[in-house]
Amino acid sequence: MAKEYVTTREIAGPLLIVDHIEGAKYNEIVQIKAVDGSIKNGQVLEVDGDRALIQVFEGTAGLNLGGTRVKFLGKGVEVGLSPSILGRIFNGSGVPIDGSSAIIPEKRMDINGNPLNPYARNYPLEFIQTGISAIDGLNTLVRGQKLPIFSGSGLPHAQIAAQIARQAKVLGKEEKFAVVFVAMGITFEEANYFMEDFKKTGALERSVMFLNLANDPVIERIATPRFGLTVAEYLAFDLGMHVLVILTDMTNYCEALREISAARKEVPGRRGYPGYMYTDLATMYERAGRIKEKKGSITQIPILTMPEDDKTHPIADLTGYITEGQMFLSRNLFQQAIYPPIDVLPSLSRLKDKGIGKGKTREDHADVLNQLFAAYARGREVRELAIVLGESALTKTDLIFVRFADEFEQKFVKQGEYENRSIEETLDIGWRLLSMFPVGELKRIRPEYIEKYLSRYTTSSEGDTKNAD
Amino acid sequence: MKDKAGRVVKVSGPLVVAENIPQAKMFEMVYVSDKKLFGEIIEIKGNKASIQVYEDTSGIGPGEPVYSTGLPLSVELGPGLIGSIYDGVQRPLDELRKEYGDFISRGAYKPALNRKKEWLFEPVVRKGTTVKAGNVVGKVQETPVIMHKIIVPSGIEGEIISIIEKKKVTVEDVVARVKTTEGTKEIKLFQKWPVRIGRPVLKRLPPVDPLITGQRVIDAFFPIARGGTACVPGPFGSGKTVVQHQLAKWSDADIIIFIGCGERGNEMTDVLMEFPELKDPRTGRPLMERTVLIANTSNMPVAAREASVFTGITIGEYYRDMGYNVALMADSTSRWAEAMREMSGRLEEMPGEEGYPAYLASRIASFYERAGRVFILGSGKEATLSVIGAVSPPGGDLSDPVVQATLRTVRVFWSLDAQLAYARHFPSIHWLRSYSLYVDMLSDFYKKEMGEEWIEIRQEAMRTLRREAELQEMVRLIGIDALSSKDRLIMETARSIREDFLQQNAFMDADTYTSLKKQYRMMKLIHLFNKLAAHALDKNVELDKILSLPVRVEISRAKFIPEKELKKFDVIEEKISSLFNVLVKEVENG
Repeated sequence: MAKEYVTTREIAGPLLIVDHIEGAKYNEIVQIKAVDGSIKNGQVLEVDGDRALIQVFEGTAGLNLGGTRVKFLGKGVEVGLSPSILGRIFNGSGVPIDGSSAIIPEKRMDINGNPLNPYARNYPLEFIQTGISAIDGLNTLVRGQKLPIFSGSGLPHAQIAAQIARQAKVLGKEEKFAVVFVAMGITFEEANYFMEDFKKTGALERSVMFLNLANDPVIERIATPRFGLTVAEYLAFDLGMHVLVILTDMTNYCEALREISAARKEVPGRRGYPGYMYTDLATMYERAGRIKEKKGSITQIPILTMPEDDKTHPIADLTGYITEGQMFLSRNLFQQAIYPPIDVLPSLSRLKDKGIGKGKTREDHADVLNQLFAAYARGREVRELAIVLGESALTKTDLIFVRFADEFEQKFVKQGEYENRSIEETLDIGWRLLSMFPVGELKRIRPEYIEKYLSRYTTSSEGDTKNAD
Repeated sequence: MKDKAGRVVKVSGPLVVAENIPQAKMFEMVYVSDKKLFGEIIEIKGNKASIQVYEDTSGIGPGEPVYSTGLPLSVELGPGLIGSIYDGVQRPLDELRKEYGDFISRGAYKPALNRKKEWLFEPVVRKGTTVKAGNVVGKVQETPVIMHKIIVPSGIEGEIISIIEKKKVTVEDVVARVKTTEGTKEIKLFQKWPVRIGRPVLKRLPPVDPLITGQRVIDAFFPIARGGTACVPGPFGSGKTVVQHQLAKWSDADIIIFIGCGERGNEMTDVLMEFPELKDPRTGRPLMERTVLIANTSNMPVAAREASVFTGITIGEYYRDMGYNVALMADSTSRWAEAMREMSGRLEEMPGEEGYPAYLASRIASFYERAGRVFILGSGKEATLSVIGAVSPPGGDLSDPVVQATLRTVRVFWSLDAQLAYARHFPSIHWLRSYSLYVDMLSDFYKKEMGEEWIEIRQEAMRTLRREAELQEMVRLIGIDALSSKDRLIMETARSIREDFLQQNAFMDADTYTSLKKQYRMMKLIHLFNKLAAHALDKNVELDKILSLPVRVEISRAKFIPEKELKKFDVIEEKISSLFNVLVKEVENG
């Protein structure tokens, strides 16, 4: 029986300092019994001689100096795993809250995991068709990628994430697929939206949910995504499943991290977030991926709401430096009733180049993608110019670019929440839009593809614009 | 061993404080606990020493032993480095995977150089020869393109009293014995060198020739010299890593050291999968046969990230000392600086700017200063080590302390621009904000290799781009119609330079690498068109007629002309000349 210590010396915010302890280890888990008999969990953040600094996941409310009993459990935080974990719902500390009994574990894993050897990684290159043109066509998602949604408050990131979870598939393959959903500090309503959506589509049986809601303990959020990711690793690399992990909302996670850092009186980095936040986030995001000679994969879609839609905010900034691209949601598009309001210009998928092309999507994909980007970028630029100077100041070519930008948003980006477009449909829409340009403007597309594909979409009216230029 | 052990008193993340380590020295390597976690002493106060530990410290507590080794953090240098992938403290990741599985467990250890592999050693000196540090005693064909020279380690000087015949040996076998004033010393295929100390050279020299990269915007406008330093700062998504990869792939260096410092695991995998497939344009051999990879990804221990750049540059210096031209890429030095910041914070040092330690700038400077063109010890031959560091400033803000400290040291600045990246203009190196301080030093080389005209054309192109920026301001205020035909031509020519020359697609075979010769031909097409167009305007040809000449499409597609078919440029040039002749004649004839 482990010793119980009643030597708590200081309680500050979520932290507890305990004196006169023997043999405490860094990162060890502790059990804390309050005077009223309630049990809380914590973790050792620092040991200095016979003094330990403990973060309490459930918060320190109700703890006092005399009666608090602290027990060191001699191990890190672990999660029990078995195949029956699918379909279950847990709270943020891994306790079941769906009314069923606890999991009988076949295996226990430390939630911090070990870093994946870069040499063991297999490069993600399997195209995932999400059925959303702005993603498939321009910012293609591949298996094993981590592609966050950079959103703002009030934008429909939840709908987009749910749509991806609903429609995502790898072409020509039926494989074991699972969803791990991790909620950190989001509202019940939002969590419920996902649950209902999963229920409706039958995805609930192949998903695992960890819910730390807005009124749940703040510090618990530090552990919640790690529970989820450990389960994902188990499903992917032990059971060979393809796992999609949705982490929402990373902003709440980072704020919890900041709270602990402030309580520890650490030297703050930008905007009060700790200097090690990059490393901390990386230890989670980098758990996405594929492993050589193993079947499964982990694809991550973290969601974060950028305070004031500011992408230079440390949370968005550090995330962008770790993840393999990002999907930007635009308030401007949202206000024009364009769903999904993905602003494709600052969005990016770093892994798309290996996931698209012949045999994966279509041979012309890369060129069409580059051309659409370039044309839309110029169209937007000219459109802004037109606002200042009026359309009369534009050249004929420029006017085509403006029309292109408008139609691109209306026809390519905009689609229904339940509309599932195949990659061919997406590329076809792209070609149809590009056909409004004279051929000379299509510099990014190889001549052979122009010849092969453009003729399919050229209508007689396009001939006029060609002459006009 | 117990008596040589200190005791842990404090654990805070990667920082462990221990007391009573016998004869603790700064930067000495120690092992923490019986799990043998590997660390380095970074501060000594009284009988207490602070240790940065290169592995996860979970489960470590006060009272556990700390064993000293008496040695500074060192790397093993010898045949077998090329083609390897190491972590930040030179553990071979491929070997670790074989031994410990897909995840890196704590205390995992394998020697950096394979102890069993046999190399065919060929002596190049005889018994009785007097040698000193830097002299070559033998050679080993490390890869089909790299001849590994076995050099006398530092501190050994004297007469060779025995040397083996040509035969197969392992790295640990003794190949020669040298009689020195301090007794007989053995020479093996490998030696060790402390990473934080630069390897000595005979003499340092200023750079004179460029490192050709095959990247048009770099070679033509912002070249880096062999032995020079460059930095690539940019916000996320601006293509830093692609630029670094392109340089690692196509630079005409003999050896490439690529350090993935605190970056993405998948990017290293990309390099690992691609480099064995890609062929060096000069030798025709796989790029992996000239590359050493250091991968300390962002999820690997932060202290080892701090060490990774030093591990990499020491290996680079070692190959330089064999007389090779080495290029080192570090992606990203910001993560390295952040690792320093994290350790500094845990040591409770007084922070400088943005929480970075006060010694940030001097550390960065001393790292880049290890680059250079030199005469090496021993033979006195010329060799170079070029260093290119990526910087990832928060929010792309160039006032970031790491960027500023770096800019004070490096001579080339490739400024990546988010707006260009959004428009998919890659490489997104901004032509107005970037600079290279080597341009003048290298002009002799360019004059000799490419002719005087190249310098003129290049300068004119730069002028056109600057003028475009001014004109764009005007257009924004008063519209394009207000510009004269001449100015509109400048705008069009600038666009052509940007789109048809500067833009380069790293993922397209014909475009990913451009020789200097082709760069010259491409630029010349644009130059010629502009010159004749200006002339035609003088002759009252309408601008719209000039701009609708179909040959402009051919100029824009010139980048896809294969290196072997450069003659096609002659055809286009002739076409341009004759088309303008026709235009001018039409006007003259009314």
